[in-house]
Amino acid sequence: METDKVTIKIPRVLYNNLKEIISDTGFSSVNEFIVYCMRDIAASGKITEDDKLTHDEISLIKQRLKKLGYIE
Amino acid sequence: MVGPHGGKLINRVLKDKAEVLKHENEFEFIKVNTDVIREVENIAFGVYSPLEGFLNKEDFESVLNRKRLANGVPWTIPIVFDLDDKVAEKLTKGQKIFFQYNNKPVALFTIEEKFNFSKDEYASKIYGTTDIKHPGVQRVQNMNNTLVSGKIDLISSSLTEFQNYYLHPKETRVLFKEKGWLDIVAFQTRNVPHLGHEYVQKAALTMSDGLFINPLIGPKKKGDFLDKVIIDAYKTLTNHYYLKNNVVMSILQSTMHYAGPREAIHHSIMRKNFGCTHFIVGRDHAGVGDFYHPFAAHRIFDEFPDLGIIPLFFRSFSRCTKCNAIVNDKICPHPQKYHINFSGTKIRKLLSEGEVPPSDLMRPEVAETIIKEDKIFVE
Repeated sequence: METDKVTIKIPRVLYNNLKEIISDTGFSSVNEFIVYCMRDIAASGKITEDDKLTHDEISLIKQRLKKLGYIE
Repeated sequence: MVGPHGGKLINRVLKDKAEVLKHENEFEFIKVNTDVIREVENIAFGVYSPLEGFLNKEDFESVLNRKRLANGVPWTIPIVFDLDDKVAEKLTKGQKIFFQYNNKPVALFTIEEKFNFSKDEYASKIYGTTDIKHPGVQRVQNMNNTLVSGKIDLISSSLTEFQNYYLHPKETRVLFKEKGWLDIVAFQTRNVPHLGHEYVQKAALTMSDGLFINPLIGPKKKGDFLDKVIIDAYKTLTNHYYLKNNVVMSILQSTMHYAGPREAIHHSIMRKNFGCTHFIVGRDHAGVGDFYHPFAAHRIFDEFPDLGIIPLFFRSFSRCTKCNAIVNDKICPHPQKYHINFSGTKIRKLLSEGEVPPSDLMRPEVAETIIKEDKIFVE
């Protein structure tokens, strides 16, 4: 049955370590802790290749910033 | 540098405009107002990353119910395009139309989906009320009944009269890098600065590399300060009282929703896209009247550990005559009788009468700049 969740496997030793780390914290399960960490990483994600500006684009932006007095 | 929200900085500005404009006689035109164009530009320039267009039904409902897009990325304010039923019913999925503004095609809109929505549900979930006295509720009740989703491509941008202060996220990101800033704190404002604001900004700046002052330009309610007045006042303040290399001011063209806590998250997301790592959240942020608890906009951040920008919470601040300093409730032991509040109402009244407020409330240079303006407030 298709659901909105998937299973990811991690080593048992790591799982046990995490279980120990989260005991007495606000996290009620290792699953919850991992989702929290992964969301954090996903949200601060990396700029993909497509987003990277070319040398010319950066040059144009710097020219505009200079013209407007934001940089010298 | 902090990554853009959702992992990708959106750029939907058409590179080959001539190619698209060849279809000027073929595609239909829909006249849109300034509010829509403002949203279109924010999508196109990446201010609303990861959005590439107006929300579809799944995302819209997810934003209402979960404060997140359907893929789980935090998003709290619906970015939607409403259209008259009769016009909407003629549109089909995949159809391309031009948004027309000032008699020019300014954006290409590719229709994805049309759907109806409940205005009461929208108001209740986003604003926490259906009270028509709330300006956000009023706007929702005035919307058309059909929402249309789809990606947009910007053809031309010419909206603002403040072009010299209009930087896009890709530009601020280059600017911050050029300045060598790593920790960048953003300050949202729709007011002229008094000493309390300056205190908050400088307290935050002390612990970071740079301050990004980002006044919100756009329609506001009657009695709010005019955009030009806010910009000129900040220009004066930063020229006289800030180190040039530590502060940047640039405008944000956006509509105030007065959605309190939800809008605090929205404001943070936009500043993250500009490249900021921290965002100042004050008392009753984006609130109106007494619709929200003064610190509801602080508490909501607990729901978003994955937001990717750090909120800096400030409570109340005032001038303590005993400390002879600007203080907040965490650092001053003296009772209320020694505290002079930064009363917006008092400052407003003095300025509107052409008087300079006392220098322990507002910098005289800032006040002089404001009272020199022909008009100060939105009428």
